[in-house]
Amino acid sequence: MSDQAIVEKLKAKFSAAVLEVVEYRGETTVTMAKEPIVEICIFMRDECGYNLLTDLCGVDYLGKTPRFMVVYNLYNIATKQRLRIKVPVEEQDATVDTVSTVWGTANWHERECWDLLGISFNGHPDLRRILMPADWEGYPLRKDYPLQGPDREPYQGRLS
Amino acid sequence: MAVKSETMTINMGPQHPSTHGVLQLILELDGEIVRKATPHIGFLHRGTEKLSEYRTYHQIIPLTDRLDYLAPMSNNLGYVLAVEKLLGITDQIPERAEQIRVLLTELTRLKSHLVWLACHALDIGAMTVFLYCFREREEITDIYEKVSGARMTSNYFRVGGLSEDLPDGLEQEIRAFAESMPGHVETYEGLLTGNKIWQLRTQGVGHISAEAAIDIGITGPALRASGVDWDLRRDNPYSGYENYDFEVPVRQEGDTFARYKCRLDEMIQSSRIILQALDKLKPGPILADCPKVCLPPKKDVVNTIEGLIHHFKIVTEGFSPEPGEIYQGIEAPKGELGYYLVSDGSPMPVRMKIRPPSFVNLQGLPQMVEGKLLADVIAVIGTLDIVLGEIDR
Repeated sequence: MSDQAIVEKLKAKFSAAVLEVVEYRGETTVTMAKEPIVEICIFMRDECGYNLLTDLCGVDYLGKTPRFMVVYNLYNIATKQRLRIKVPVEEQDATVDTVSTVWGTANWHERECWDLLGISFNGHPDLRRILMPADWEGYPLRKDYPLQGPDREPYQGRLS
Repeated sequence: MAVKSETMTINMGPQHPSTHGVLQLILELDGEIVRKATPHIGFLHRGTEKLSEYRTYHQIIPLTDRLDYLAPMSNNLGYVLAVEKLLGITDQIPERAEQIRVLLTELTRLKSHLVWLACHALDIGAMTVFLYCFREREEITDIYEKVSGARMTSNYFRVGGLSEDLPDGLEQEIRAFAESMPGHVETYEGLLTGNKIWQLRTQGVGHISAEAAIDIGITGPALRASGVDWDLRRDNPYSGYENYDFEVPVRQEGDTFARYKCRLDEMIQSSRIILQALDKLKPGPILADCPKVCLPPKKDVVNTIEGLIHHFKIVTEGFSPEPGEIYQGIEAPKGELGYYLVSDGSPMPVRMKIRPPSFVNLQGLPQMVEGKLLADVIAVIGTLDIVLGEIDR
């Protein structure tokens, strides 16, 4: 099934939730509302055959609203196809429902997203920091978090 | 009178020779049986993803060497392919550059698998193999040094091609090495495959089914040993892999022994690919004709005004891909290595997410060891082939 056909299927099932469809360099990205994300993922896995969640991550678009995007890179091992689903997340309400019930692999990816970007996942079984120390304050991958860390003088040399 | 028993919680790592780096495991033991295993990671977190948001696309390449430091060229390849895809210049890469990339990433696969086999065997008591594997790895490291000047952090691939051509006479050396490799693999097999102790320590240990492995996201040889016939080199070819003739070893058992056999068979296939790549190599350019992306040759920089301008612009500003986002996955020695890049049209990425295979594969560890013996934990850490550099990034 082509990417277009999958997108049509998604639109038919979740017509109100599909916000934007972009094709770029041969890759399809579907932006969807965050509320039905668990149903979307179950639908993608069971009806469309995307059985592997390759990657899950957050992106900080500081200055835009909504500020964050949570990105799900899906893969279909049978047809060798990729598809990307993104959900916008507001800064004031930085929460998304967990998909770790759909794919076990989402567990650590969501912990990492929480650890580095401060996006929390409702219903996650074990939402702890994963890469940073447990008592760390702040979310290092946010764009307003300084590169050199919170309590240090900014680097005076060139960075690029 | 009933015997009162309670579990004991012990700490394994981060300073433990069998955790392959700085992995900490909290193990809840009931006698010798592991009831619960909780991995703690992050001791080697260097903020690669954060750093890359403050660097131009060219400046990120050396950071990628330090992810999976046992397979630096695979990391380089994944990254440069991702940037090339973002720029839309994938079809402009010269053939010679693609062939050398394949050649060197397959050598890298051998290098990574040799360290895996050496440490895995050492962990479960077979010391001789360790010395043999490091002998062969040393030859690959020498080749690395001749190619890039560094033994581990190669920083050799560039966006658009390679940093420089192969030195004279190296092709014969690589050919001789690749031809000798199947014989070496036979030696390792002679030491291990039929060895009763090896079989007892690996067969049926750390079993995971195909469904469970896909659910937890395991990729690469660890997934193929559970019966899933999937290899990105064949199924989503990149860098001209569709032109090579190789087999994808698949096993059905899903245990440590199957993963061992899969990786050894892969080593034979890698040497086949290396020989094919050597046969294909013809003299030609090694850098794409994209003056706004690739650094011009030095003689153009000092002799032509265009060369000087391009050199200056690339070094001071870098290049700016159009706004967009892409994901590029490659078959790294340990599984699917992916780069997700987001560009907003500036010379630095808005976000670079690395999908390290070890990070995801390690997640399967608790499932594979819970309810099993403590000694099996060592075997399972070895068989997962983890590198903390890419887990912690």
